[in-house]
Amino acid sequence: MIPAAFDYHRADTLDEALKLLKKHGDDAKVLSGGMSLLPMLKLRLASFAHLVDINRVPGLDYIKEEKGTLRIGAMTRQAALERSDVIKSKYPILADAVPLIADPLVRNRGTIGGNVANGDPGNDQPAIMIALGATFIVRGAKERSVAANQFYKGLYDTALARSEILTEIRIPVPPLKSGGAYTKLKRKTGDFAVAAAAVQLTLGKYGAVERAGIALTNAGLTPIEAVDAAKYLVGKMPDEKTIAEAAKMAAAKSAPSADRRGSVEYKKEMARVLTARALHKAVQRAGGS
Amino acid sequence: MAMHKISVTINGAVREAEVESRLLLVHLIREVFRMTGTHVGCDTSHCGACTVVLDGNPVKSCTVLAVQADGSKITTVEGLEQGGKLHPVQEGFTEKHGLQCGFCTPGMLMTTSALLERNKNPSEQQIREAISGNLCRCTGYVNIVKAVQYAAEKMR
Ligand SMILES: Cc1cc2nc3c(=O)[nH]c(=O)nc-3n(C[C@H](O)[C@H](O)[C@H](O)COP(=O)(O)OP(=O)(O)OC[C@H]3O[C@@H](n4cnc5c(N)ncnc54)[C@H](O)[C@@H]3O)c2cc1C
Ligand code: FES
Ligand code: FES
Repeated sequence: MIPAAFDYHRADTLDEALKLLKKHGDDAKVLSGGMSLLPMLKLRLASFAHLVDINRVPGLDYIKEEKGTLRIGAMTRQAALERSDVIKSKYPILADAVPLIADPLVRNRGTIGGNVANGDPGNDQPAIMIALGATFIVRGAKERSVAANQFYKGLYDTALARSEILTEIRIPVPPLKSGGAYTKLKRKTGDFAVAAAAVQLTLGKYGAVERAGIALTNAGLTPIEAVDAAKYLVGKMPDEKTIAEAAKMAAAKSAPSADRRGSVEYKKEMARVLTARALHKAVQRAGGS
Repeated sequence: MAMHKISVTINGAVREAEVESRLLLVHLIREVFRMTGTHVGCDTSHCGACTVVLDGNPVKSCTVLAVQADGSKITTVEGLEQGGKLHPVQEGFTEKHGLQCGFCTPGMLMTTSALLERNKNPSEQQIREAISGNLCRCTGYVNIVKAVQYAAEKMR
């Protein structure tokens, strides 16, 4: 399959990329890992007159902790996240998820910036970013930041303007007694989630929940933040009963549609089960019981 | 329509080409360079038959633009053999019957040769994970795993 014709532009600096986007307006699209964009162009589900490739823009590929913030450059490949010691040791929610995204060949190209900017509810990292309380740094004429839970507007519709580039993801370094987990049900390697749950918790001195972030993948047109479930847990001991209740509340917020991956009822039930499992794992990792 | 002059090092040789923006890397390799060892299976980024090693990483060449490879080093299945001697993974696949119809084999060889560059002693689990983006409809993977283990031993 061959995409409809377009003009390819390789940007060598961020400013050059921004200039190209501004010049070509709605006809232009950013190309990063290409693992969602190129298949879409090949299937002719979309077409753009201009692609602006940011693969060679320097300084967008890093994973570093600084002053209480984990900063990840938008062009960081999934394979780099998978190998990162910081991610493995301190961000189990991401360490759980990355090996479940696509397959190793796709992860050698696909980027975290592309995963969160894409706006497909099947993408795994948006829900994780919401659970972690992450912020996206966006460059256009000016630099601005958007909270992950304010970023997703609809199917393939995000807070990004066409002239903007997502440059960095900022995640607050989890305090002591924090734990996270990502649980995903899929039919096979390379499949998007039937349902998946992202959980990030911090426990207080006596083991009660101090902060909770819960979000679901592929459970609606955007990632679904389970605000009620998280609120419910705060101040409570995370035990069998409260976890079961929170999982029920999260699943009630999901609004999946029926497709080859299952019926609405099945997907909602899986969202409940996976949320409960992720909560249990997160509590354990936070050093609770 | 914009054309781009590109230069790549493919299997050690510098090759130049003038390509359309939308030309895919796999078509550059197969149709412009006429190296047909790299296969097209699904053409939808799922099967891995088109895997080549791009600057050290195995990637699906049906999902990379040729122009994006400008200045890069590419290894295809034709580049594995050195001086008339098969690469240990190629030897492993013959010795251990790692193929039947052979359609997936070029991709399998590229993925597994890249794996062994990074990890000299992969566990069975690591081998299975590494090839999880390469589909084989024939072998059931058992002999492919054995072939990679054979190659790993040989390379140590
Ligand atoms: C076989 C297969 C299986 C897959 N399975 C999964 C899966 O299980 N889970 C999952 O999450 N994903 C999956 N994916 C998608 C994959 O993770 C993509 O890599 C990801 O969705 C997009 O990232 P990218 O870097 O490839 O972006 P691209 O494809 O280059 O871009 C995607 C979109 O985001 C925009 N964009 C990219 N980067 C930026 C930026 N920095 N600023 C602004 N806009 C930007 C582009 O304009 C485009 O609209 C799969 C893909 C394939 C081919
Ligand atoms: S032909 Fe490229 S992944 Fe199948
Ligand atoms: S040998 Fe036939 S597809 Fe693998």
